[in-house]
Amino acid sequence: MEQQFDTSKIGMWLFLVTEVLTFGGLFAGFGLMQNKYPQEFVGAHEELKRWAGSTNTVVLLVSSFTAVMAVLAARTNQGKKAAMYLWITVGFGAVFMCIKAYEYMSDFQEGLYPGKFYSHHGDLIAGSHGYATFFSFYFMMTGLHGLHVLIGMGLMSWLAIRARRGEFSDKYYTPVDLVALFWHLVDMIWIYLFPLYYLIT
Amino acid sequence: MSTHTEHAVSPQAEARKYLITLVALLILTAITVGASYINFGSGNIVIALTIATIKATIVALIFMHLLHDKPVNAVIAVAGFVFLGIFLMFDFLDVDSRTNPQPINLHALPAATAPATAGAPAAAAPAKKE
Repeated sequence: MEQQFDTSKIGMWLFLVTEVLTFGGLFAGFGLMQNKYPQEFVGAHEELKRWAGSTNTVVLLVSSFTAVMAVLAARTNQGKKAAMYLWITVGFGAVFMCIKAYEYMSDFQEGLYPGKFYSHHGDLIAGSHGYATFFSFYFMMTGLHGLHVLIGMGLMSWLAIRARRGEFSDKYYTPVDLVALFWHLVDMIWIYLFPLYYLIT
Repeated sequence: MSTHTEHAVSPQAEARKYLITLVALLILTAITVGASYINFGSGNIVIALTIATIKATIVALIFMHLLHDKPVNAVIAVAGFVFLGIFLMFDFLDVDSRTNPQPINLHALPAATAPATAGAPAAAAPAKKE
């Protein structure tokens, strides 16, 4: 059993590395374009709501804490407590997605669309492609990150039901541990997305 | 199976450790948001990314258990970030070392290299353009 657990965990870490490299490619692209359009990128980032990004950072950090508490509860034979912590984590994920949805809506109202759909008025450098490029990266990266949050929420709900049924114990809690690892990685990606999109000057 | 992931500490002590970790992460978030309101010029991005890296390391070591886990997981994680670093390094090395291809630069290049590499096939191509 122990060997099975270790093997699963190694597999999960290998998967997490592929995730890091996927997002790494997007970060590289963002950095290159920021180098090409420095003024436009600073101008475009002013359109984002810093309070929303900051709140979401806090929400994800607290959700990471509840996720690790769920692992601890599952590992110490407290199935109901594990289920509770998993549902709280799902709740924080939902709060994150609601704030993100609100941000997207207000961006769209101002014409802050990605790529050729960009129709915002009053930019400092009128007609530059830099603004639309910024929002292409913004929606691509936060969208892909949001998709990961949704997948994580789905997995956590499934585990919460199983934990409630008492399927996890100190003998077997592999799924809880691996999904929590995934959730922490999603949090880690946001830790980098937040300063790069909301705080650059 | 319960013997290997974590050392023998009480669940209460471990919960306290996670709580302290969370507080540290929240304080670092407050610092990075606060620092973004002060203008350090190009230092802002360095500060923001340094704090982000500290936060990510704390998450990996404590929340993702790398500190007390079997070392093979940490090796995989570190290897991933090393290769990402190599990728990003060459990316930005390329950007920083590239001068803008202004017409005046294109004109100056063959003239400067022509005497040294006269007759070499590499020099023939720019010479033809002239």
